[in-house]
Amino acid sequence: MPDARHAILARLRAAQDKGHLPPPDYGRLDPRGWSAAERLNRLRQTMMAAGTEFLDARAVAWLDALQQWLAAQDVPGCIYAPTTRVGQKIAAGWNGQAPLVPFLRPLADWKDELFAQAGAGITTTHGGIVETGSLILWPDALEPRSLSLIPPVHVALLDCRQIYDTLWQAMREQNWQSRMPANLLLLSGPSCTMSLGSEPVVGIHGPKRLLVILVEGDPAA
Amino acid sequence: MISPPTSDFGNAAREGMHDDSQARTQARLALDGLKSRRAVQFSDPHEWAALRALGGLIREHTLRHLPELLETLETNLTANGIQVHWAETVEQGNAIVARLVGEEQVKQMVKAQSAVCTEMGLHHAIESLGVTVTESDVVGGLLQQGREWPSHMVIPALHKTGDQVAPLSGATVTDVEGLCRMARRTLRDKFAAADAGLSGVNFAVAETGTLVLVENEGNARMCASVPRMHIAVMGLEKVTARLEDVPPLLSLLTRSASGQAITAYVSMLSGPRRSDEKDGPDAVHLIILDNGRTRLYADPQWRKTLQCIRCGACQNHCPIYDKVGGHAYPGAYSGLIGTILAPQQLGNDDAGTLAQASRLCHPCTEVCPVLIPLDKLLIRRRIAQVQAAGDDLWLWRLWALIHRFPLLYRLHLVVLRSLGRVLPQMKPPSVNWPAALHPRRMTAQNLHQLARAQRISDA
Repeated sequence: MPDARHAILARLRAAQDKGHLPPPDYGRLDPRGWSAAERLNRLRQTMMAAGTEFLDARAVAWLDALQQWLAAQDVPGCIYAPTTRVGQKIAAGWNGQAPLVPFLRPLADWKDELFAQAGAGITTTHGGIVETGSLILWPDALEPRSLSLIPPVHVALLDCRQIYDTLWQAMREQNWQSRMPANLLLLSGPSCTMSLGSEPVVGIHGPKRLLVILVEGDPAA
Repeated sequence: MISPPTSDFGNAAREGMHDDSQARTQARLALDGLKSRRAVQFSDPHEWAALRALGGLIREHTLRHLPELLETLETNLTANGIQVHWAETVEQGNAIVARLVGEEQVKQMVKAQSAVCTEMGLHHAIESLGVTVTESDVVGGLLQQGREWPSHMVIPALHKTGDQVAPLSGATVTDVEGLCRMARRTLRDKFAAADAGLSGVNFAVAETGTLVLVENEGNARMCASVPRMHIAVMGLEKVTARLEDVPPLLSLLTRSASGQAITAYVSMLSGPRRSDEKDGPDAVHLIILDNGRTRLYADPQWRKTLQCIRCGACQNHCPIYDKVGGHAYPGAYSGLIGTILAPQQLGNDDAGTLAQASRLCHPCTEVCPVLIPLDKLLIRRRIAQVQAAGDDLWLWRLWALIHRFPLLYRLHLVVLRSLGRVLPQMKPPSVNWPAALHPRRMTAQNLHQLARAQRISDA
């Protein structure tokens, strides 16, 4: 509505105070200076308090560890992104004891089928953030956002060397402002609600369980 | 059809105070929980002071540059493929949504909880077009089914226990886990089948053309990702200049609102799905709503209310809100910010008595994460209301006169004491005399005399 736009902006301009304000000092958001071990430990503590589960695969083959976990937890297999490097590694190393469902077609073509899947959606991450206990998810053409949203379990691969103290630090070091994707997600636990009583209740509309697999280095290697 | 609560605060407050005790107990328990969780988050006073100073300054910057920021936001959203619409009034906003819904032949819509949507009565407006609208957050949906109005802007069923929420659905579920399982099952079908998703916006970043959605349940992600169209609605004050504004504002918001360092999901949306992506909406629309905000902006003091990030901390700490409950407040916002916003949005006549809904006790101002001077705004609102009403001015002028002259003061005490027995039976001198006040009884001796009798000297 061009008239509404014009009227709104005109009213704002008419009343606008053009005086000087000091600029905000973002420097106080600088990193805290924790060691790598401290960072990982704090991240784990914070995320576990929100209901996140961890699988430490820094000294083992993560794909084997994952398949054992899935079997032990009765989670029927995985839905994965087959054209990513990690996806290719998963396909190559899958032992076939549980279904492995590729996310190949557009969501619109198989929406009901995906909603009915009981397996775990598996994704990579672009690092972790200690201050808030969060993972950075960067869905794209190869790794759809639905993998971390629709299946009842979400498995996220985290490179322990890529953990930032604060969100602000991650944003700056990864240069988010010049390359924002259509959908960027800060993920901090399984879905929950604060609206039923004074404690969070886990397992609402997003995944009911979040498993973070800790790896040292590139998980596709 | 759910009606908003009465605009007569006086009567609604009386009803709220005499409300069934379980609701008040439950609300108080929940508020205590929210307050203590927040206190734990901000236990470092230096960090609190520095962070809220930064948050307040960032919000001031937004207001200082508001028209330019809105234009930059529009430019960058458009470059990202998000279609921007402007609405001066609630009617215009609803008409825009109606047009989009018609053009895209939307039959089913899923909706994430949003105070702006409540403000617009959007749910009802879309339903009247024959579209099925499903509230998708677990409690908002049940309130909708139970035909109830939210009582808190962040936790809509604050006044209900988990056991009370469950029966709203009409199902036989009695425990909270069962409720969540049922909500998840029911809503998944709705998410999958919906043609459009509707949500609010917590922050809109002008620099990058990004909409930020903050939530725990995952339903806002569903609404914004699964259906082919996503419609987002926001008040025009939600814009912020830079992406690096988000970390401090987000931290202040979640820690103040629910005592969480961050919510389970923070989505940053910068467009519909890219051409090579396999999921995401085909179209994203943003509606920028005025509805009285430019009127607030025109006044340098009222403008500060536009710094609000809707955390709800002021209402959590308000003893009036604790006593009367959110349903006593007209409109979508309750507690202190509602007391200040409602008169602007609904017109002073409708919401005038709301200005009396404060003890001037100050916690709201102390917990506001973006330094809104709520106490000063409330006093100004009250002065305006009293001057407009005019009823009590003679009484207050007499009171001021009596307290200016010691002789008059002593004289008036003598008069009041001699009328002591008669006074409680007298009709109140003003129509605004609260009926809840107990009749006053004057003592035979004044305080000075009592103290002298106990050999406490005046000096």
